[in-house]
Amino acid sequence: MSELRYEAPESVSAAVALLAGAKGMARVLAGGTDVIVQMETELIEPELIVDIKKIPEVRGISAENGGFRVGAAATGMQICDHKEFARTWPGVIEGVKLIGSIQVKGRASMGGNLCNASPGADSVPPMFTAGAIARVVGPKGVREVPVEQIPTAPGKTSLAKDEIVTSFFFPARPKRSGDAYQRFTPRTEMDIAVTGVAINLSLDDKGVCTAARVAIGAVAPTALLVKDAGAALVGTKVDDAAIEKMVAAARAACKPIDDKRGTKEFRIEVTGVLAKRVAKAALERALANK
Amino acid sequence: MAHDILDNSGFSADRKLKIVGTNPIKHDGWDKVTGAAKFSSDIVLPGMLVGKVLRSPHAHAVIKSIDTSAAEKLSGVKAVVTRADFPEIKEGTPYGDMTRMVIAREKVYHEGHPVAAVAATSESIAKRALKLIKVEYEVLPHVIDPVEAMKPDAPVLHAYMRTKGAKPGDAKVWADKASNVVERYELGVGDVAKGFAEAEFVVEHVYDTKPMHQGYIEPQSCVATASEEGEVELWCCTQAPFVYRDRLSEILKMDSSKIKVQQSELGGGFGGKTAFYAEPIAIQLARKARRPVKITFTRSEVFRGTGPVSGTQSRIKIGCRKDGTITAAEAELVFQTGPYSGSAFTNAPQAMFTRYDLPNVKTVSYEVVSNRPKVASFRAPCVPQVVFGVEDVMSELATKIGMDQIEFRLKNAMADGATTIYAEKFGKIGFIETLEAAKNCEHYKSPVPKGCGRGISTGFWFNRGGETSSSLQVAPDGSVTITLGTADVAGSRISISMMVAEELGIPVDKVRAVLADTHQLGFNRVTAGSRTTFSQGVVLVDCSRKVIKEMAGRAARIWKVPEEGVMFEDGMFRPASTNVGEFKPLSIADIAKQTTNTEGAIAARSDMNVTGAGPGFGCHIVDVKVDEETGFTEIVRYTVVEDAGKAIHPLQVEGQFQGGAVQGIGWALNEEYIFGTDGKMQNPGFLDYRMPVASDVPNIDTIIVEVPNPKHPYGLRGVGEVPVVPTMAAIANAIGNCIGIRPRSLPMSPPRLLKLLKEKKGKA
Repeated sequence: MSELRYEAPESVSAAVALLAGAKGMARVLAGGTDVIVQMETELIEPELIVDIKKIPEVRGISAENGGFRVGAAATGMQICDHKEFARTWPGVIEGVKLIGSIQVKGRASMGGNLCNASPGADSVPPMFTAGAIARVVGPKGVREVPVEQIPTAPGKTSLAKDEIVTSFFFPARPKRSGDAYQRFTPRTEMDIAVTGVAINLSLDDKGVCTAARVAIGAVAPTALLVKDAGAALVGTKVDDAAIEKMVAAARAACKPIDDKRGTKEFRIEVTGVLAKRVAKAALERALANK
Repeated sequence: MAHDILDNSGFSADRKLKIVGTNPIKHDGWDKVTGAAKFSSDIVLPGMLVGKVLRSPHAHAVIKSIDTSAAEKLSGVKAVVTRADFPEIKEGTPYGDMTRMVIAREKVYHEGHPVAAVAATSESIAKRALKLIKVEYEVLPHVIDPVEAMKPDAPVLHAYMRTKGAKPGDAKVWADKASNVVERYELGVGDVAKGFAEAEFVVEHVYDTKPMHQGYIEPQSCVATASEEGEVELWCCTQAPFVYRDRLSEILKMDSSKIKVQQSELGGGFGGKTAFYAEPIAIQLARKARRPVKITFTRSEVFRGTGPVSGTQSRIKIGCRKDGTITAAEAELVFQTGPYSGSAFTNAPQAMFTRYDLPNVKTVSYEVVSNRPKVASFRAPCVPQVVFGVEDVMSELATKIGMDQIEFRLKNAMADGATTIYAEKFGKIGFIETLEAAKNCEHYKSPVPKGCGRGISTGFWFNRGGETSSSLQVAPDGSVTITLGTADVAGSRISISMMVAEELGIPVDKVRAVLADTHQLGFNRVTAGSRTTFSQGVVLVDCSRKVIKEMAGRAARIWKVPEEGVMFEDGMFRPASTNVGEFKPLSIADIAKQTTNTEGAIAARSDMNVTGAGPGFGCHIVDVKVDEETGFTEIVRYTVVEDAGKAIHPLQVEGQFQGGAVQGIGWALNEEYIFGTDGKMQNPGFLDYRMPVASDVPNIDTIIVEVPNPKHPYGLRGVGEVPVVPTMAAIANAIGNCIGIRPRSLPMSPPRLLKLLKEKKGKA
């Protein structure tokens, strides 16, 4: 067992340099609500911990080009308490709110939720449907990556060993658009999603859907953006028939496993139930958002 | 020794009470809410080492060899123990089995079974040392499901085991070769064939329930030291300090007098802390290292290494006449235990129907070993599991004959003087009063909310007494300490202090209860079975009356009057009449400060095998709402009605009612051990072992019925077990009424309910 090294650099470049120089396993620490637990239960034994909380640019939330830039290490409570952001992205907030308890959200971040790459992470499907763009910084410079390209498998991401997600850009939001996220858990809270569905949609003046993104969580090795499901809503008034088609596409995209958190059959079935409920919630928000 | 109080408790319904029945703040409450209370893991001693346990990765395997040499050489490791460090005791005997559960000898019997342990100067060194221990296993087939384990071709855990009570004609058991069935137990009364022949309606179903963990917040933790003289001190969280001491004496081959067990504050037990796990290991490590050793379990170790309650399968059949009279009842019950016996399964056939006056009953029960941690007690051990079925059959019969659910139960309710299936004749009991209170409560009379289903169920628990030894000391200032040999699992200290304060006529703040170590008092039976507040009430009221008598004698001698000339009233000793003479009344403090010129310290002790516990009965009413698209059950409203005899501290009683119901809600809806095909538990943590969280349960309403138990000075009955007994049945009945199909298997989790709903739709 090697000694654990803890570093808390004050700049992104210093953090990247530390990661690039790590000999053994290195972990980026933001809130620590996954990393510390994984260390405690001996799932991981890192050699280096790079705490990014002292880097100002990964912690703030600010307006940018009509949208928002959210620091990857901004805490869940910081995000929930940001009135403008919360009003604009209620579906993202629904996801963030479901991450652990209030105490956990006082530490946990969307960056951590995404990069931990759990298929059941609650803020991830609504980030997918929001079309959020991750800013990734490494030794070679900056990449702007759609969030759905970050997780690749349970616990695995497309990031290189020496790359860090520093922030997310949430694009400007047209009027008459709305998003929503719901998950299913056997308990009311403090649980891990058995399935989760996020939908973000936009309507024209006549109430016809012009754009829709549907994402599902906990029913495949990563959260999935289901293009067919979104397409099923576009050009419709999000009526029952369109929703049925969307539900069928969402169910078809599920590739769940039987595990301690649920059976395949149950997950596929309930994904459809949630997709229907979430579509109605997103539609209601879009109609109200004049 | 005869004890007058057991024959004459002095109970009087007319007694005016000042303290009993009020809700003072618990003396130990402040420290608990501020985090200052000392639990066993808070204990730190100079030079203390960290102990860690190496556990079996296999569900069933022969241990071929254990090589600890590399671990012993690691710097910072001070001791390593294995089976070789524990006295050999024959397997198949109570202590032989007990020592094998503490540390494996010939075989490992479940994933998580301890195989070796180390004590080191730090946790990281101890963990590294565990990885250096080489254990060679020969993996054997395993069996966890009890019904599978009963089959003739099942893997056998113990080649030597022959079923106790095997009976020709019962193909499930045999006496001529090894079996996983520990015992076949038959209990009954009357003639069931005749009873069923008289029945106009008969209902029969098969049920299964899953093991659940007690889920105490505090994982097991202990600190052990060993002196050069060979004396051992053990600090631990336990419900049974004296039982631990005497069992340690047996398995470590030491005199009990050389073992001191000091209980710490207890972070929950619910029956799960009646048996030790790491304590003997910590002692052997401390003896070997000659330094104090602390072992604290992780939650994963708690799940993989400590006992849950038994899972069961039961077949239950009841017949009744059109007028609601039950004519016969029959049950066949299978109880899962761990690698060895210990499920206390005989409770179930004794208690399952007790509350109904039945002329003809037949029960056959089997206890079956399996490759999982040895089961441990949990509130009303083995009873809620079978009541899950009994109360479904009862509800279906009531529906069939068109009778109100509570009326049907009242029709068959046991009254005062009823005789049980296990031949106990009850005295004054409160089942009818409990049912009447349930029938008349607002919840039961209110319409079932839209979209909901309502269920009811009833339950019984014996309530216990038993060996209890405690003492009472009056300080010179008149304040009082009471030294208790039982554990405080649920706030008993305040209730016992209140009874003492009531007897002595002093404020409850003047009484302080201390939890004794095992050197201070005589043997106390385990704190379990809802016995403690009852038994300690008897013992400490006896002590209080002894010191009152003693102090009355001293007042008489101070006044130079005959003893009968002194009376005790409202905390003061006064002349019994004006004929005695004019004396200024003396308080307890007035007398207590005169020990120098009287006969010395004022104290009393009582050691009794307490009898006279009054049985407890309860009735639960629950409304649930099921989301038929997801199978999610919401508990909308819940009411617990139960006879407490007399609620000494009503808030504590309510807490028991609510706590039992909440644990039952978890058992009913989501709690489940999930094993892989390799026999390993896949959800050894609270994230995936789904105990309810606060938002999963509504406020549990309570109705305290008080039908006094005249054998107790204040009329109390134990209240700890009954509140969980009816819960799962009540919820299942409510779900059945909500969705039109009654679940007969636990947990009634969303995937299972959704499947049931689909099957129902398929049939429709």
